[in-house]
Amino acid sequence: MKRTTKALNDITTETTQLGQLEPGVTLQERYLVLALHGAGGMSSVYRARDLHFPNVTKTVAVKEMINMATDPAMHEMIVRNFEREADLLATLSHPAIPRIYDYFTHESSSYLVMEFIDGQDLEAVLRDSEEFLAEDQVVKWAIELCDVLNYLHHHKPQPVIFRDVKPSNIMVDGYGSIRLIDFGIARIFQPGQKGTMIGTDGYAPPEQYRGEASPPGDMYALGATLHHLLTRRDPRAEPPFSFSERPIRDINDKVSPELEATINAALSYDPGDRFATAEAMKASLLSVAKETGILVSPRTAASAGQPSNEVQEVWSFECEDELRGSPLVIDGVVYIGCYDNNLYALDAKTGEFIWKFATEGGIASTPASDGELVFVSSEDTRMYALSGKKGTLAWTYYAGGPIRSSPVVSEGHIFVGADDARLHVVNMFNGSAAWKQEVAGPIRSTPLIVDERVYFGCESSDFYCYDFRGELKWRFGKAKRGITSSPILVDGMLFFGCMDWSLYAVEAEAGWQIWKFRMGRPTISSPVFAEGRIYTGCADGRIYAIDSKGGREVWHFQTEHQVTGSPTIFEDSIFCGSVDGSMYCLDMRSGRKRWQFQTGGPITGTPTVSDNRIYFGSNDHRVYALLT
Amino acid sequence: MTFLQRIFGKAPTDLEQTSPDGIETAPLDPAAIGGAPLSNHTLVGSSQSTGVERAHNEDALFALLGSSSGEDSIPDFGLFVVADGMGGHRSGEVASALSVRSVAHRLAADSLLQLFDLNGSAEGLPLQDVVRRALQDANQSVVSKVPGGGTTLTTALVLGKQMTIGHVGDSRAYILTPHEAKVVTRDHSLVNRLVELGQLTESEAAVHPQRNVLYKAIGQGANLEVDVETHPIPKNGFLLICSDGLWGVVPDEEIQRIAWGADHPQAACDELIRAANAAGGPDNITAVLVYFPST
Repeated sequence: MKRTTKALNDITTETTQLGQLEPGVTLQERYLVLALHGAGGMSSVYRARDLHFPNVTKTVAVKEMINMATDPAMHEMIVRNFEREADLLATLSHPAIPRIYDYFTHESSSYLVMEFIDGQDLEAVLRDSEEFLAEDQVVKWAIELCDVLNYLHHHKPQPVIFRDVKPSNIMVDGYGSIRLIDFGIARIFQPGQKGTMIGTDGYAPPEQYRGEASPPGDMYALGATLHHLLTRRDPRAEPPFSFSERPIRDINDKVSPELEATINAALSYDPGDRFATAEAMKASLLSVAKETGILVSPRTAASAGQPSNEVQEVWSFECEDELRGSPLVIDGVVYIGCYDNNLYALDAKTGEFIWKFATEGGIASTPASDGELVFVSSEDTRMYALSGKKGTLAWTYYAGGPIRSSPVVSEGHIFVGADDARLHVVNMFNGSAAWKQEVAGPIRSTPLIVDERVYFGCESSDFYCYDFRGELKWRFGKAKRGITSSPILVDGMLFFGCMDWSLYAVEAEAGWQIWKFRMGRPTISSPVFAEGRIYTGCADGRIYAIDSKGGREVWHFQTEHQVTGSPTIFEDSIFCGSVDGSMYCLDMRSGRKRWQFQTGGPITGTPTVSDNRIYFGSNDHRVYALLT
Repeated sequence: MTFLQRIFGKAPTDLEQTSPDGIETAPLDPAAIGGAPLSNHTLVGSSQSTGVERAHNEDALFALLGSSSGEDSIPDFGLFVVADGMGGHRSGEVASALSVRSVAHRLAADSLLQLFDLNGSAEGLPLQDVVRRALQDANQSVVSKVPGGGTTLTTALVLGKQMTIGHVGDSRAYILTPHEAKVVTRDHSLVNRLVELGQLTESEAAVHPQRNVLYKAIGQGANLEVDVETHPIPKNGFLLICSDGLWGVVPDEEIQRIAWGADHPQAACDELIRAANAAGGPDNITAVLVYFPST
């Protein structure tokens, strides 16, 4: 027979189908229910008004436990748990612990009336923030939590072990102070006593699974909570006791080594290796605060100077306008389009000018090549085929609108989308149209061609799959905004970003949506794949690594501005530009920065790697070649 | 075994077929292992046994395979579920049966039935969210209807060339290719986790009093985190979903040998159950085996 862990009386934001109290109901002719405040598996919390104070509005929290258990033993256990929480709270007096005012049972429900805390729990704080929480803030909370845990652990006649320290049980009140809520499973500690396993998986210490509860167990759960707050990695989504596999500073390098060491000590597997008391942990936190100076002058770390260029420039070449597109590097030549309307051909080794070809519009796309020919699309509504060596014109193809999609060569044809809402398929040798397909909006995404199928996104928010005869195989219509990002295909799955703030994983055969990853802003960056992960940029300023099979974030790296270009992978590095003007090189596996190269303008294109060099354009009008 | 019995997993009371004392199959020719493809079609087998030592069966299974052909044909689809219940007073078998039914119902309604929608305009969630919610719904049902009960649950939803696997607990999904047997789920078992951490040796784990404690299961209360992953279906390979009554008793090499040695997944499943019972049958045994052709 198996057993499992139980999380009882768990106040969370999850709603249940329980019959909840309607606003306006009065309990005990005294507590007027105003609104539902939160609900968990077995209990609901309401904001209510105490009518014994008619002249002022005294707001209280009413915690209701509806006992749905049909099994009498279970029913009784739930009631006893509730009574225990009431009895325990009644004996406690500490500024970080809510006061209890009343306790009663009505029909099949039991109620606790407590101090109403106007604030947010830390799980909500995490959810509502986009950045890492600041170290000084987290240290301040941690010190306050040590104070209240110390109070509980020294409670007379018997110590109280809270046993369920986690972000959703910690409130931050209107004064920015922390309050510990939900004493549903706290227990009076009798040394050596064994109990049943309860607690929240992810935060609970190993010995709690054996039914042991002791002060170092609360230190572990506090360490787990701090780890979650600083890394934004939810331990409930990870294997138990795996914090050492996710070192804090690997994920958030703004955290000081001193704080990381303190949290690691709290998270020791063996209770004997942790802080023996909350006082000891508080002392360690205070010395962290002293050494890093965070309690003295908060946020000094943020004012770091201009990033220095930590990598060697091989050459750069100046054009006459912004470079928004991406280079093609082939046979020792860099081809790159510019907003000065020219396509440039430069010597990849030296950066010397070879030729340029003037179109009549800006070039925001990436050129393509096949054999002797180079193909480039322009906002002047045309696509040009040029000789790669000399830049002389072979043919011109006219679309019905600007072309911002990049051409793709397959089977003797060029596939390109245009703002005339058509996919154009053009004979590579003579520039004649093979077929065109009209869709619901402009096509700026670069088509993907695999196994005689064409996949592309559309500004209408549709994503299409056509076969080589121009017959629609399927259309994906679940995205909410335009799809400018270009798709990739890995193991039968398509991945592409969307302006609706999401990255989509769609099965390629019939267009079923498999998962969707939500980001902080729209994205037009095109994803890349390596080692089971998808990498993409987003206008929220981040470069993300996402597990391709499960759609979960592995890491993200925050740049100083939007990331509209796409990452490029070379060996175990990710190269990606940002509108903040820097080209970043990150460790592909951890997301840690290897170097950063600052240019004089936003970088919106995608870098290309060739012969251990990285090539890209910047809106400072320059094309750069750097050593990888 | 009739089709309906197979679907609803009630047949294994037919102990003659799965008894260790039953008819021995002929030894397999090692050359046949990983050899010619079994078939050009997707094939499924499933089998279950209470085992030798247990009085009750707390496992549950569901297997459904569909295919169609013709103009505008629907891609192959399948829905497979294995659950291993836990808890006293028969609550384990209630929890596993309830969960399997709940998950099958949700997944059929939210994914399979939409395949037959001629308008094709179904406004659906991502498949992984459908699978995740199906398991979370089952969790809510068990929490409210079977207090004290819990169950593992591993499900695979096959649509076309992809299969989405939802998993909680220590039943397992394997992908068997001619070269290897690969576990694609992670056991949510406390003792296994302690072994991973180097806190216990394999031999200590085998006799550890908490070896059956799961840190994640259907029925555990609020906030169930479900593992969901999508894998391409293995071409000329198998998907195996089984309870620990099989994988804890029959070594992976033996599972691999039996799967590739039989001429149909049903025969392989029967043989897998027989092998587990022959090794002592300490627990309930459930196996669902799906063969995918090379094209």
